[in-house]
Amino acid sequence: MPTFVYMTRCDGCGQCVDICPSDIMHIDTTIRRAYNIEPNMCWECYSCVKACPHNAIDVRGYADFAPLGHSVRVRRDEEKGVIAWRIIFRNGEKDMNLLAPITTKPWGQCTPKLKEVPAPSKEMRDSQLLFNEPKYIRLDDGGLHTLESNGLKMQAGVCY
Amino acid sequence: MAYKTIIEDGIDVLVVGAGLGGTGAAFEARYWGQDKKIVIAEKANIDRSGAVAQGLYAINCYMGTRFGENNPEDHVRYARIDLMGMVREDLLFDMARHVDSAVHQFEEWGLPLMRNPKTGAYQREGRWQIMIHGESYKPIVAEAAKKSADKVFNRICVTHLLMDESKPNRIAGAVGFNVRTGNYHVFKSKTVIVAAGGASNIYKPRSVGEGAGRVWYAPWSSGSAYGLLIGAGAKMTQMENRIVLARFKDGYGPVGAYFLHLKTYTQNGLGEEYESKWWPQLQEMVGKEYLDPELSHRTHRPIPTCLRNHALISEVNAGRGPIHMVTMEAFQDPHLEEIGWHNFLGMTVGQAVLWAATDVDPKNENPELTTSEPYVMGSHATGCGAWCSGPEDVSPPEYFWGYNRMTTVEGLFGAGDAVGGTPHAFSSGSFTEGRLAAKAACKYIDDGKAEGIRVSDAQIERRRQEIYKPMEHYRVYRNEITAGSVNPNYINPRQGLDRLQKLMDEYCGGVTVSYMTNENLLNIGLKKMKLLEEDLEKLAAENIHELLRAWELKHRQLTSEAVLHHTLFRKETRWPGYYYRGDALKVDDENWHVLTVSRRDPDTGEYTMEKAPCYHLVDA
Repeated sequence: MPTFVYMTRCDGCGQCVDICPSDIMHIDTTIRRAYNIEPNMCWECYSCVKACPHNAIDVRGYADFAPLGHSVRVRRDEEKGVIAWRIIFRNGEKDMNLLAPITTKPWGQCTPKLKEVPAPSKEMRDSQLLFNEPKYIRLDDGGLHTLESNGLKMQAGVCY
Repeated sequence: MAYKTIIEDGIDVLVVGAGLGGTGAAFEARYWGQDKKIVIAEKANIDRSGAVAQGLYAINCYMGTRFGENNPEDHVRYARIDLMGMVREDLLFDMARHVDSAVHQFEEWGLPLMRNPKTGAYQREGRWQIMIHGESYKPIVAEAAKKSADKVFNRICVTHLLMDESKPNRIAGAVGFNVRTGNYHVFKSKTVIVAAGGASNIYKPRSVGEGAGRVWYAPWSSGSAYGLLIGAGAKMTQMENRIVLARFKDGYGPVGAYFLHLKTYTQNGLGEEYESKWWPQLQEMVGKEYLDPELSHRTHRPIPTCLRNHALISEVNAGRGPIHMVTMEAFQDPHLEEIGWHNFLGMTVGQAVLWAATDVDPKNENPELTTSEPYVMGSHATGCGAWCSGPEDVSPPEYFWGYNRMTTVEGLFGAGDAVGGTPHAFSSGSFTEGRLAAKAACKYIDDGKAEGIRVSDAQIERRRQEIYKPMEHYRVYRNEITAGSVNPNYINPRQGLDRLQKLMDEYCGGVTVSYMTNENLLNIGLKKMKLLEEDLEKLAAENIHELLRAWELKHRQLTSEAVLHHTLFRKETRWPGYYYRGDALKVDDENWHVLTVSRRDPDTGEYTMEKAPCYHLVDA
């Protein structure tokens, strides 16, 4: 379902332009509002729908296979860490509200700044380990798996 | 044209494409290079870019060694049988032994991973998949990458890699343009990690018109991973191994959770189980070693994805379609029904829209399945990509040349779709490959391998001319005609894309020919591809947005040409259900239990093909 923009709700702020992964939400220079310039390159990913501060963007199923008259709307709230969906069928017989968490932590605060963590030792550099390893592999004291530790070897030829 | 040239100099690690592979690379590079300059160039906006832009409802690659579930070698064996033996097991083992540490960090960063209330372990969907509430998967990992990078350049379409002029076959950075301002961007860098995407939209899609956007892989996955690497002369592997997906019809909604967690199953239009009746005939094509339903039943060894496709395709061609997913049983359970819908909302909203539009309630009717047009990528059940070095403690000599995930071009690394022979990486594995590449890139610099790189102004100017040529071409010839898009001197990007898709579909095993091709067809395809390549020199772009589409098309064309050459080279049908060589309809282990490796000479455009040995992980 390619996106479209309601004339009365869009104020041309450009949030959708900024986020669209496909570069297809553009501002019309005459009416100074957003629109989908290339519906056949729209993945209906809803990135713009979620980003719009005025709920001005909606989606209408692809014309080549989706009949008219349905609705899938969404509200995403980063502060509350949830996303709320409402799905209404064309025949009106099904009307679902679905809620899901989008994060368990306050936004942006729990990813580490690797510039500030202690620098890796030479031994660590020469090993096969990555940041936070080996601890984060199993969250125990075990090491990294190797061919030796797992009793394996690489052998050329047919093997099933 | 008055576009500015903006030069970013002195970069140590340049990450091209910030999907899951690129975010992993940028994140990890900071740890190994705390004083290094790390820069990201991303075609869209890092917060919602790449294949995971929309979100995911599962992480499909998680070992669970912590919970006593699997070891890395178990995953290698799984990927091996699923890809009919054709994988790089050193790279797979390496990815699998690290991947859990990425997932555990995602949880710490706030990604909601579901837990099994009984065991306390992550909620399994299948043996390798865990279930997540992943609507914000991409913004969460983007946050980690942004904290690590010195600079993130959003909206830069990287078109070419820069080559060192003091030492042959060594990388020196990349160039591209800003899709908003139009400015020319030059990134001079000691190393480059290509983490751009695989290719959707190179085969004619089943949908027409607007629906062409509802491709299985993102429409913005323009094969740039391959276009950039092939353009730089890197060796590629397994490019014939395109993938066809069995999915819900039209919306291409995912079926993994339905099969594995909701326990739904398929049947033909008559309500019959159909897969098993195709096994005897298929076993004659591929051999009992690759298809042994009794063994699979006994040991839970999976039946390869392509072979299950084959059964679906054959059943439809036999006139007993459509194939249905039997949902009516599972969906009577309100909890499972909710999961079924959340699954779409979390990663393929379009399927929910389609069912709402067509009043398909899976509680009351069984939805249709179909097989998609082919896609070229390297992180799902397929392994297209660059021929990369593995880690020194695992790789045999043929697979090792100094730095993990380094391509055959010095200082040029890959991650995610860019790395060949590593299927089943998915999101977490691609992120992990990015981390591995980043560590290796830092080591490459610390070992002094990037000293004395020289990039002349002439090289930079030559690329500038090349990049804007479609706009210049448009300007010169536009006014020769009154109006419209029909011009004897040029084609526009959409016209070029249509031609590419038709060509690949008809000559290289697309959906309208039931995935069938042969040597004659491939040779004609290659001839026509050359003409298309010539015409792409006459591509016209009316504006910067069309220039973006022009370069995406050029990357798709380079990708497609490689697919044709590889498909021609491998004289067997290794993956029935992905494609068929009508002139060699059997698996031929005697001659073709090897990996295919190609190189396109950047100066002449000539291809050379070779076989590389296929190593397997066995008990010592």
